[in-house]
Amino acid sequence: MSKDWPLWEVFIRSRQGLDHKHVGSLHAPDARMAMENARDVYTRRQEGVSIWVVESKNIHASNPDEAAQFYDPAEDKVYRHPTFYNVPDDIEHM
Amino acid sequence: MKQDYVLHLADTHLILGQRLGEWCGHNFVLEQDIAMSNIALDLFGQCRSLYQYAAELGGNTQTEDQLAFLRGERQYKNHLLVEQPNGDFAFTLARQFFFDVYHQLLCEELVKCSDKQLQAIAEKSLKEVRYHLTWSSEWMIRLGDGTTESHDRLQTAVNELWMWTHELTTTASYEKALDVPKPANFRTAWQAKVRAILNEATLEIPADGTQQAGGKEGIHTEHLGYILSEMQMMQRTFPGMTW
Repeated sequence: MSKDWPLWEVFIRSRQGLDHKHVGSLHAPDARMAMENARDVYTRRQEGVSIWVVESKNIHASNPDEAAQFYDPAEDKVYRHPTFYNVPDDIEHM
Repeated sequence: MKQDYVLHLADTHLILGQRLGEWCGHNFVLEQDIAMSNIALDLFGQCRSLYQYAAELGGNTQTEDQLAFLRGERQYKNHLLVEQPNGDFAFTLARQFFFDVYHQLLCEELVKCSDKQLQAIAEKSLKEVRYHLTWSSEWMIRLGDGTTESHDRLQTAVNELWMWTHELTTTASYEKALDVPKPANFRTAWQAKVRAILNEATLEIPADGTQQAGGKEGIHTEHLGYILSEMQMMQRTFPGMTW
């Protein structure tokens, strides 16, 4: 039966965390059930205090075939990292 | 007397947990396998607290394990509803739903009772029980108001289980004598909640025909013996065995 149900991606915010992190996916007939299933499957060991579910089909992913043109050009542009500034001595915690 | 009452509560949790546990590894989707095992584990957690309390009330002549694993069929005081076989998913679901409505009403009353121990157990249980009822209500609505097949299967389950539901809101002799919630007092509330969900699920409410009772006083259907023989086999074969 689960193959007839849409796939959902589950995001959980942990007690200490500020952001929701992707933890996995599951099948459910609708959003409400996806939420309940996520609670049962992914928070049984106190993993979180907030859940997001989103139907997998609504996620637009980058194409692995385009990885070269997407990511490689950043490779030789180290100057984009803010490591070329001289930090004055009396500034701490930088 | 009070021990009888606490054992009645504990036995009901244990037998329903055991029934739900039978689904483990056999459910139709992984998500529900985990959901139903979670509910079973909640019930086992609650029954442990209750058996520990029952052992204390009995002067600790028996441990919680002895109470759970070494009593006979006639000493069990669970509701007849919870010992009924799992059947198909609709059957298990309807049984769970009828129980959850009762269970929430019971816990809401127990948190107000004079016994501090029962009050504490009920307070801890209530959060779990509210979730159980949400889970079973959502499924009742989806399957009742789902396809023709899911509707028909669930209606059959509701009809066949109906005669075991009356016992949930009967008051046993030991309940009359104690300062504990009287289930007969929340019959109206039970019926109202069940009606509301069945209506939303487009299911017919069965007519009140013959009603069965007796479990709370130790008179059971033939199913309990089979549950106990499977559940108690290890302790009876290897007394005192631990993991």
